[in-house]
Amino acid sequence: MSEWLFFLEVTLAGLGSGALLALTALAYVLIYKATRVVNLAVGEMLMLGAYLFFAFAAGWGLSAWIAIPLAIIGGGLVGGIVERGLIRPMLGESAISVFMVTVGLGSVIVGLVELVWGTDPRALPAFIDTSPLFLGEAYVSRKIAVAFVTAAIVIGLFLILFRFWRGGVALRATATDQAAAYSCGINVPGVYSAAWVIGGATAAGAGLLLGAIGGISPVMGVFGLSALVVVIVGGLDSVLGALIGGLALGMIQSWTSTYVGGEYTNVVTFGIMIFALMLRPYGLFGTHEIERL
Amino acid sequence: MSTDAILEIENIELVYNRSVQVLKGLSLTVPRGQVVTLLGSNGAGKSSTLKAVSRLLFLENGDLTAGRIRFDGMDTKGQSPHALVRRGLFHVMEGRRVFEDLTVEENLTAATFATTGRAEKRPNGFDAVYEYFPRLHERRKALAGYLSGGEQQMLAIGRALVADPKLILLDEPSLGLSPQLVEEIFTIIGKISRQTGVSMLLVEQNAAVAFAVAQYGYIMESGRIQLDGPTDRLLADQDVREFYLGTGGDRERSYRDIKHYKRRKRWLS
Ligand SMILES: Nc1ncnc2c1ncn2[C@@H]1O[C@H](COP(=O)(O)OP(=O)(O)OP(=O)(O)O)[C@@H](O)[C@H]1O
Ligand SMILES: [Mg+2]
Repeated sequence: MSEWLFFLEVTLAGLGSGALLALTALAYVLIYKATRVVNLAVGEMLMLGAYLFFAFAAGWGLSAWIAIPLAIIGGGLVGGIVERGLIRPMLGESAISVFMVTVGLGSVIVGLVELVWGTDPRALPAFIDTSPLFLGEAYVSRKIAVAFVTAAIVIGLFLILFRFWRGGVALRATATDQAAAYSCGINVPGVYSAAWVIGGATAAGAGLLLGAIGGISPVMGVFGLSALVVVIVGGLDSVLGALIGGLALGMIQSWTSTYVGGEYTNVVTFGIMIFALMLRPYGLFGTHEIERL
Repeated sequence: MSTDAILEIENIELVYNRSVQVLKGLSLTVPRGQVVTLLGSNGAGKSSTLKAVSRLLFLENGDLTAGRIRFDGMDTKGQSPHALVRRGLFHVMEGRRVFEDLTVEENLTAATFATTGRAEKRPNGFDAVYEYFPRLHERRKALAGYLSGGEQQMLAIGRALVADPKLILLDEPSLGLSPQLVEEIFTIIGKISRQTGVSMLLVEQNAAVAFAVAQYGYIMESGRIQLDGPTDRLLADQDVREFYLGTGGDRERSYRDIKHYKRRKRWLS
């Protein structure tokens, strides 16, 4: 019986980190869908978002409820600036050069953060209650539960907006056929900017939640690599794939580290990616073939 | 003439990739409220002309190196494509280009962005579309990718109706459709022109149907206008009859030419 309870607790913890993976994966999907850019700096944008929160809450002493929206807005601004300053001038260049620019961008962000805040890991000012939570008999960390609920709400909102909001139609139209989107009067460059702004804000939000659970450090961006596996498996242009893939990978990672050993999580994570790519090169839920990098 | 023209193209030259010159001093005019057709064989530069007008050209690395284009009295130079659409210039592109992953209704919703920023908006834009194309209403929840070619063409024209434009650039609506469907679509195009008074620049390979709805025609060959005139005069022209309508002159030869055109077209498109 307690075996089962333990398994349940491990699974719930996995769902919590899976929700964060899904949220981070959403940032990849938004940006890829609109601009066909695989933005490898999503992990670093996430990390920067967490540091922005740290600066506002710990540095300036703002209340968490002001620091959170400020950090998210900051993440959106970073996304917008990167799109206008780096990505748009690269329009029409090969996919690999744009990809390399985002790789470089990731290193630059890490460097800047280390310059300003140093390399030591830090704890975020607590904004989530630490008292434990029980689902029936199973123990769940309250932080993980809050992260799960927040991520689930945000992703659900995106799914609904994509379907029913006119702007969602504009994004999907632009993703399907850029010239035809222009011909319908859609402001295509505006859609690009919006996708990067929303993607950046989403990454920053994921960063705060992740930092609240595990603390922050300049290398926390590696979390983005796991999310990249999610989108490669789930389909780079699929919101639903990000959601399902994120939750699944979260659980698998949690099971692996508990029952097999923490050192095997990466082996399993990237093993899944290779296996999935061999089965379906464009992801389980994706519609378009990923550009060969 | 210039005040009541919705579109004036003056001596434009168009170059792709800074190397291939496709238009070599082309001029044409579309009077307000009229349907003008632009005919020509494959590769003559018809689609390029339309892309120059809607400025979608720049997505394909094309450049206007000379000449002027005025839409509704305004020089289009430097305008972004979506801004022109919002001013009332709608381009129905060659090959229909519906958003295949979107439903019929979402395709029409996408076209509502064309009315962004307009003072007066016509309400119930979709009802008008469904009135012209009842079949689209039946299939409004279906993914556009699953529509038949004819239905996709109806949807492409339907998007133009939603946009409520002053001028529609229509690129080969007959492409890949059965003769029966071609007739059906052109009947509706004629009806739209009469009922809404919208101006049209219609690019076609099928001269017979194009002449049936257009008041004026231009015929182009390798980047230039070769011949133009009111459609009834073009219809009487011996060369036009021979090469574009397949009647008159040496019947057998012209028939073979047309077959040749069609075959080439199938390979090229
Ligand atoms: N994006 C492009 N880059 C380079 N050359 C192009 C491009 N688009 C068209 N061309 C060339 O320009 C010429 C005119 O093409 P265009 O599509 O305008 O012809 P068209 O009259 O519309 O022909 P069709 O009846 O086959 O549609 C062709 O020789 C074509 O190869
Ligand atoms: Mg053409």
